[in-house]
Amino acid sequence: MTSVLEARAVTLEGRLSPTELHCRAGEMVAVIGPNGAGKTSLLRAIASIEISAGQVRICGEDAAQSAPARRMRLLSFLPATRSLIWPITARDVIALGLPAPDAGRIDELVEVLELQQLAERPVNHLSTGERSRVLLARALAARPKLLLLDEPLSNLDPYWVLKTLEILRTETKTNGSAVLTSVHDLNQVTAFDRAILLNHGRVVADGEPSKMLASTALAEAFRIEKASSGWRIREGA
Amino acid sequence: MIRALPLLLFVLALLAALSLLAPLGSLTELRRTDPNLAWQLIEELRLPRTLLALGYGAVLGLTGAALQATFANPLASPDITGTSSGAAFGAVAGAYWLGITGPLALAACGAMGAALALCGLLLVAGRRSETATLLLAGVAIALAAGAGTSLLLALAPSPFAFYDSFEWLMGSFVDRSMPQAVTALVPAAIACVVLASRGRALDMMALGDDVAASVGYRPRRLAVEVVALNAIAVGACVSVCGAIAFVGLIAPYAARSLTRGHPGRALVPAAVIGALLLLLADLLVRLAPAGRTIPVGVITTAIGTPLFIWIVVRMRRTVAA
Repeated sequence: MTSVLEARAVTLEGRLSPTELHCRAGEMVAVIGPNGAGKTSLLRAIASIEISAGQVRICGEDAAQSAPARRMRLLSFLPATRSLIWPITARDVIALGLPAPDAGRIDELVEVLELQQLAERPVNHLSTGERSRVLLARALAARPKLLLLDEPLSNLDPYWVLKTLEILRTETKTNGSAVLTSVHDLNQVTAFDRAILLNHGRVVADGEPSKMLASTALAEAFRIEKASSGWRIREGA
Repeated sequence: MIRALPLLLFVLALLAALSLLAPLGSLTELRRTDPNLAWQLIEELRLPRTLLALGYGAVLGLTGAALQATFANPLASPDITGTSSGAAFGAVAGAYWLGITGPLALAACGAMGAALALCGLLLVAGRRSETATLLLAGVAIALAAGAGTSLLLALAPSPFAFYDSFEWLMGSFVDRSMPQAVTALVPAAIACVVLASRGRALDMMALGDDVAASVGYRPRRLAVEVVALNAIAVGACVSVCGAIAFVGLIAPYAARSLTRGHPGRALVPAAVIGALLLLLADLLVRLAPAGRTIPVGVITTAIGTPLFIWIVVRMRRTVAA
């Protein structure tokens, strides 16, 4: 499969040790790790929002050197915060994710994310979960090659967690893109093709999600262990 | 926005014509007795006055909109952030203490005072602070700058400093000359043109600094640019016309209703609405009884205060909902 992301020695001083990372087209990768492990820092560094050293190439291009319109086609970043203060309509927020006006694409996303009732409402009047869907639609709008999503499944009800995963799967298949997303709920990790475990700002494991969940590296990083009915705090943690 | 803008520009042109001609009675009378003097009245007194009202209003509207987009706060404006008071402090320090008389040098003093106030605000409140923090920090800086201005005037070498500067401090366009108008408006216009070109980036910042940075904009650099350009534009205008309140708050608020809430797209409409408001206020001032002068800043404050309260009440309702 074609390589979408090639990150070499990506570093964020004090928060992320030099990290190598590759993602292929159609691949959905979950970034997991305890609070403060460096998940958001990794996503932000790859998006060139804040990076101390290293090189990031998306589909062979240095996105950091690209103009905004090209960069929108290469990557999109969804921050964990859902705070929106301006009374911009949901439809207009989606439009901000497009390098050029495309009413057809907005209509498509409004339908896919079931935003018909919310499309003309100001986003600052929507609930956090509704805003999450609008902001996800904005992130998907330009059909970017790499989707960097910080906790896209937070604040969503079970239907929307499954629906979002389904939408991401469809988008990656259709566009040949890759998804790199931070995930907090370990039960959601098996929905991904691959999981990367971060701890203390470095990648400590990278592999198949079900194996990762059973690994000692994960148990040590989170200070939890498998129990008959889910997870429990490790003894002596 | 596109539909409403031509109408606003048409009303603005009408008000500008009215500003040049009103009060019409004295002009007609003068035209009959001395046509040259009538023309001189328009050219030397009413034209600079009209240009200053138009230009300063546009500056307040546009800079207010840019500050609100940068601080992600609908209550940020040159007066609320203390920029205008800082500019007044700078101009007074330059005029009464450093003995500066050149209009351009005074405009630079005003710009430095405004920049100082904005830097103080950034230090005290930060850029993405809560509304209450921003307001309190802005009020503190405005009060400090106001007290500093009063102190400088009270201790100024000239015993008439307070009396001389009263009308200017309250904001006025009366008896300003064409060179003064040029001094205020040329740097302000350059700063505003650069600011207006940042609309798309400011709209993207509505989705957060990280989203804007991820598509290639530089939020921190943009914030520094907005602060510097604000200081130049507001500082230059304040040094000639004094501080005028509320236009920079109300105009962007009204403009955003024409741009479906987009803070960046609202920059140019806010400039047009700001010009319209200040021109209207200056026309109202002319209704004062003969021999009496009402500073235009008094009118904007009288109209702006209830509107400000209304905005705060609306914001409270939105938060409560």
